Amino acid sequence: MTAPLVIDVEGLTKIYGGRRVVDDVTLKVPKGSIYGFIGPNGSGKTTTIRMVCGLLKPDHGRGTCLGYDVLRQSAQIKARVGYMTQKFSLYADLSIRENLEVIARLYQLDRRKARIDDALEYLGLAAREKQLAGNLSGGWKQRLALAACMIHEPELLLLDEPTAGVDPKARRDFWDQIRRFAKSGVTTLVSTHYMDEAVQCDSIAFISFGRKLIDAPTVDIPEQVGLAVQCVTGPDLAAIGDALEGARGVAFIARFGAELHVCGEAAGDLASAIRSLPPALQARSTPIPAGLEEAFIHLMAGSTDNFE
Amino acid sequence: MRRNAGFSTARVAAVFFKELVQMRRDRLTFAIMIGMPVMQLILFGYAINTDPRHLPTIIERREDGPITRSLIAGLEASSYFDFVGAVDSAEAADAALKSGEASFVITIPEGFEERLVRSERPQLLISADASDPVSAAGPVGALSEIAARALRPHFEGALAPLAARPPPFEVIVHRLYNPTGKTAFNIVPGLLGVILTMTMVMITSIALTRETERGTMETLLSTPLQPIEIMIGKTTPYVLVGVFQTTLVLAAAALLFGIPFRGSLIAFVTGTTVFIAANLMLGYLISTIVRTQMQAMQMTFFVFLPSLLLSGFMFPFAAMPSWAQTIGDMLPLTHFLRIVRAVILKGANLAEIGEDLMMLLVILGVFTTAALLRFRRTID
Repeated sequence: MTAPLVIDVEGLTKIYGGRRVVDDVTLKVPKGSIYGFIGPNGSGKTTTIRMVCGLLKPDHGRGTCLGYDVLRQSAQIKARVGYMTQKFSLYADLSIRENLEVIARLYQLDRRKARIDDALEYLGLAAREKQLAGNLSGGWKQRLALAACMIHEPELLLLDEPTAGVDPKARRDFWDQIRRFAKSGVTTLVSTHYMDEAVQCDSIAFISFGRKLIDAPTVDIPEQVGLAVQCVTGPDLAAIGDALEGARGVAFIARFGAELHVCGEAAGDLASAIRSLPPALQARSTPIPAGLEEAFIHLMAGSTDNFE
Repeated sequence: MRRNAGFSTARVAAVFFKELVQMRRDRLTFAIMIGMPVMQLILFGYAINTDPRHLPTIIERREDGPITRSLIAGLEASSYFDFVGAVDSAEAADAALKSGEASFVITIPEGFEERLVRSERPQLLISADASDPVSAAGPVGALSEIAARALRPHFEGALAPLAARPPPFEVIVHRLYNPTGKTAFNIVPGLLGVILTMTMVMITSIALTRETERGTMETLLSTPLQPIEIMIGKTTPYVLVGVFQTTLVLAAAALLFGIPFRGSLIAFVTGTTVFIAANLMLGYLISTIVRTQMQAMQMTFFVFLPSLLLSGFMFPFAAMPSWAQTIGDMLPLTHFLRIVRAVILKGANLAEIGEDLMMLLVILGVFTTAALLRFRRTID
């Protein structure tokens, strides 16, 4: 895969009051890909995205976005990037159409009416165009926000937790849209902390406490993390969980419905920990491949909080 | 390819029209912008009346001829004085003043008519209750004119030469205060400055802080918009509001308060425009310092109070200590008050307000530079 890099930044660092909110983050996002940016709340995802599109000046680091210098050419970057903020940030007291009208004027687009009509139609907003944005439900607000950041046909979409507070159906529709955009050559960098969204991405960068912990194609991540997982079932999962908690070889336990996923770094130690469970618990176990979620829980547990 | 570098009027227009629609939709703020001048006009123009009428007056007359009777009838018809009684001694007059029974005692001395006819300029004495100096200013000032008018019908035939100015008598005023009391003539033009300061600074600082607080500034900044474009686009709609308020106050001054507009319209428009711009920039500067709309409001009052007190609107500028005058000189309202009073009341032209206009321009320049320097192109 030798697609040109749309985002190519190195060592991005942002310091607020002595804290390294983003610490030495390097990102290389190839054209046309959907790149997931995963991490817990406050891990520096938003700050990184803002530095990439020129809204924030990095304290250290350098690089390009769409071939323009992120330090000096933010005007050119802004004109070609669609940035969707985490919090809804269009005008609540303007209607859907008026909001798009303002954005279209700011980008000095030609054929404004046609473009807005198209966007409204494409995203199913046409029937509501006169409604005030502030009165829309979460899912519709999100569609409007997506329409607003797409109106100038950007080459790169930066979406900051676009599906926070949106119902599952709207989320699925949203991801269908992103896939369609990707097919037409638009690159997307999307931050999220939903695992079902993470698996939709081609590649994932995982960031925690401002540091990038892993950056790889989505399918390779569990393997790279190198985690052994045993799926444990039994009549009393809580008791089994208590018995395994803190046992040698067990890193952490995650409950998935009627199963416990017991994870450890060494497969041997993990297996012996489960073997030494009291027979009264009637635990049954099978080794399974590690999933994304276990991989990320493990990564987060291993990362240190540099704010403390 | 799209044009993005450099200044763009199209982008300014985008912000401008957006702001207009928002302004129209925010009914409460819109009502306040229009209601505030009306309310202040009524409060300062009517409720706070420094030109009261129908004040209780006692007449002390030592004479009773046709001229004296005309004089008294004329005074009563002026509506300044309501005659509540007559006394025949200075002691009784003093007692009436002291007890508050009367606010004024008008004394017509013995031989007034005879000396008047002989062109000896007899004295007409008015003693005013000094404990309320402001309320006395109007009647005292008007007395001479009222008396002259009342006597004019008598100046016919042989007495015709008396009709010439100055009036054939002399008004002696006994009072204990500074004669330059304020009237609606003084307050209403000044009120224009106060209203503009209040609305322009507050509305701009709030309108901008609202963008930051609601996150929409991030949207604006993520487009090719430049700081200067945001500044112009965001403030121009409020220039229109300022123009509307100015028209409203000017109309009220002429129609309700009968204040003539004596000076040069060009001088007035120039001074007002620079003043509105200076206030908008001050509001803009405030918005770059504060984080929330609440803080913007507080900060507005923080600068509004000295404007009200030290500009010469409430208290005479010349009477302030020099440090207070120095602060006053840095406030746009101080210079605007001088401009607007000079133009409206004294009939000044552009050249005559030059000094204050220069100061306003300097202040405008400082505010604009500071606001642009402080404006965050990025969001950190």
